[in-house]
Amino acid sequence: MTTLMTTQIYRVYIKTTPQAIWDAITMPEWTARYGYTGYVEYDLHPGGTYRVRPTEGFRAAAEAMGNSIPDVIIDGEVLEADPPHKLVTTFRMLMDPTMAAEPVTRITQEIRETGKGVCSLTLTHELEGAPVLASIVGGSLEDEGAGGGHAWILSELKTLLETGKTFAE
Amino acid sequence: MHPGQTTLTLDPPFSRLTRDHLVTYSSGVMDDDLVFKALADPTRRFLLDRLFERDGRTLSELESGLEMTRFGVMKHLRILEDAGLVITRKVGREKHHFLNPVPIRLIHDRWIDKFAERQISALADLKRELENDR
Repeated sequence: MTTLMTTQIYRVYIKTTPQAIWDAITMPEWTARYGYTGYVEYDLHPGGTYRVRPTEGFRAAAEAMGNSIPDVIIDGEVLEADPPHKLVTTFRMLMDPTMAAEPVTRITQEIRETGKGVCSLTLTHELEGAPVLASIVGGSLEDEGAGGGHAWILSELKTLLETGKTFAE
Repeated sequence: MHPGQTTLTLDPPFSRLTRDHLVTYSSGVMDDDLVFKALADPTRRFLLDRLFERDGRTLSELESGLEMTRFGVMKHLRILEDAGLVITRKVGREKHHFLNPVPIRLIHDRWIDKFAERQISALADLKRELENDR
């Protein structure tokens, strides 16, 4: 029950193939282009590592605001990888000490073909005991410059896959 | 036709489709229509507010704040679900409801940002014109 209260679920429908969504989630050349940007590294089997490193632009923007950021901004472990349909990882944000000290959270991403060339991507983030990360990924600190969280990421991912361009391009 | 509008051919029994068929019109204009319709009701906005405060609520929890029959609340929740604004998860015998903010985000990113940008550029144009006139 408490677990459910701290779980966030997001779903977006994208006119593309499951493989295209899978690639956009798991390949650094894609993840560098949308949302918070960042280069992902996935070792796509159970127990494999999951890491995100900042892009040059992200690092420059953070430093311009007076924040130094670590070489690895997100780390986790792959719990389940079933390309191109399901990816489960743990997730810990290392951007600041408060979030890094929160318990490890868990993200499940599921891709489903829904017919007529449209797929759904459902992202479930179990955030038990991690209220600071929850407010960041929930988008409630957007006005403070913390980005729009998962909803913002998925919205831009949809735009990128359907139009070939990001919001900025 | 408005810019960006597309012609969609819908199957005749469109209004009777269940959410499993949402996908047949889930991309493009129809999506926005469903979201706007779902939001155009104070009870449904109230339900979304309650889920915003705390996610994962059951039907019993959600109906407690409303003077409405259980059936009435279920009907509103179904409309929110059809619009993709609510996602349900079954845990044991309980069905839990989660707010999905993505459809609202898409409208924000597609429409609100566009108009905000236009207003800003209109102001910039005005400033330029006023300054040139001086």
